[in-house]
Amino acid sequence: MKPPPFDYHAPRTLGEALDALAEAGGDGKVLAGGQSLIPLLNMRLAAPGQLIDINRVAALDTLVREPGGIRVGALARHSRVERSSGHPLLRQALRHVAHPAIRNRGTVVGSLAHADPAAELPAVLAVLGGWVEVASVSGTRTIPAASFFAGPLESALLPGELAVSAFFPSLPPRSGSAFAELARRHGDYALAGVAAVVELDASGAVTSARIGCLGVAATPLVLDLTPYLMASGAFADAVAYVRERAEPDGDIHASAGYRRHLLGLLAARTLSEAHATASSPGPSAHRITGGTTDE
Amino acid sequence: MNERVYEIGLTVNGVPRSATAPARRLLSDFLRHDLGLTGTHVGCEHGVCGCCTVLLDGDPVRSCLTFAITVEGREVTTVEGLADPDGTLSPVQQAFQDSHGLQCGFCTPGFLCTVTALLRDNPAPTEAEVLEGISGNLCRCTGYQNIIKAVLSLSRGVSRTAQENGAGNATTQRGSGDHVR
Repeated sequence: MKPPPFDYHAPRTLGEALDALAEAGGDGKVLAGGQSLIPLLNMRLAAPGQLIDINRVAALDTLVREPGGIRVGALARHSRVERSSGHPLLRQALRHVAHPAIRNRGTVVGSLAHADPAAELPAVLAVLGGWVEVASVSGTRTIPAASFFAGPLESALLPGELAVSAFFPSLPPRSGSAFAELARRHGDYALAGVAAVVELDASGAVTSARIGCLGVAATPLVLDLTPYLMASGAFADAVAYVRERAEPDGDIHASAGYRRHLLGLLAARTLSEAHATASSPGPSAHRITGGTTDE
Repeated sequence: MNERVYEIGLTVNGVPRSATAPARRLLSDFLRHDLGLTGTHVGCEHGVCGCCTVLLDGDPVRSCLTFAITVEGREVTTVEGLADPDGTLSPVQQAFQDSHGLQCGFCTPGFLCTVTALLRDNPAPTEAEVLEGISGNLCRCTGYQNIIKAVLSLSRGVSRTAQENGAGNATTQRGSGDHVR
């Protein structure tokens, strides 16, 4: 089908965008990459009266490396961030986001704002303990990942607010990350997925082990598995705990039980891979580094 | 009900084109209905089938998930722009013909645009990379085997020609990763 009619706004500055959003109130919707919004419009599952197209707001097309991590502006497309962020976990996860043609248009911040519990990036932001910077005509605020994802397809953004950037903290030295998911076809929404981060101390002992799970709860599920991994050989206990905490739904693609089973396998696989990377000698590949193909 | 319309200009296959359309006009419909370029096919209209894939400033995108007005002023290459002006098929088109990489042809424009960019960015893809590269395009006829064969035929040896001759307008702009404006 075709999108329903809407009033179209094409701001060129952040100020103009926020003014348009404020005026539109609850009837306004932001268009960035459109790879989730336009399907909803085409299927007429969404019919906002006012569409604020931020594609001309050049100030939002940013990708900035800061000492503590990477700041991704609202117009940075998946493909660019995949090539240029230098953040290993973002790169590992972005490979799994839909297909190249979608990644050429879709934006990282847009995916976060869409808050799909089966999407990769919310789980990545959540496991890293990142945050989203939000602006409106009345000011700015920072929303931590833990409170940004409110429910399925529901973020903490209020009417009139625009997510202007997301901050993905970098990983410390002697740490490793891994991402794995299972989908019926590469690029499809995953049945379940896991983003894992393992940190070690100088002696090689685990000081932190966390996973962010997707597709198995209403919002990204972050689990701290540090106690299990500190005790050597407690992988089986960690997997059992992960399966216990997940609350997957069953659908035509997979039963809830199968998703729970799968999640345990993916958790074990990613934790083991992240641990191996953290343990490997040499300069850590898991801090934010330069030298990606795009630079 | 008078819906507001806009004069929207794009460069399509190297030629400046413009037409009047409402803001909700999808790029796919703009190309087909307003500019008469019906080579771009529309299948699912929600980003799953890949038939409507075109090149935007050289990079593949779903034209059904893009509003024409959003990409005003940009360069679009459709399947009509892949062959040389004299009608000589591009290397990708020739390989699809030689390997019987199409049957009904409905999905073919999307595959050709996708594969043109795939081989430009990775001139010697492995079979796994080809599979991943075309995973966003559905074909209901071929069973994919001959499509994969066509792409791999360019990956082995012939890829040099593919790089040099390019695929018409599509290769004039190397994807830089920072093409977004």
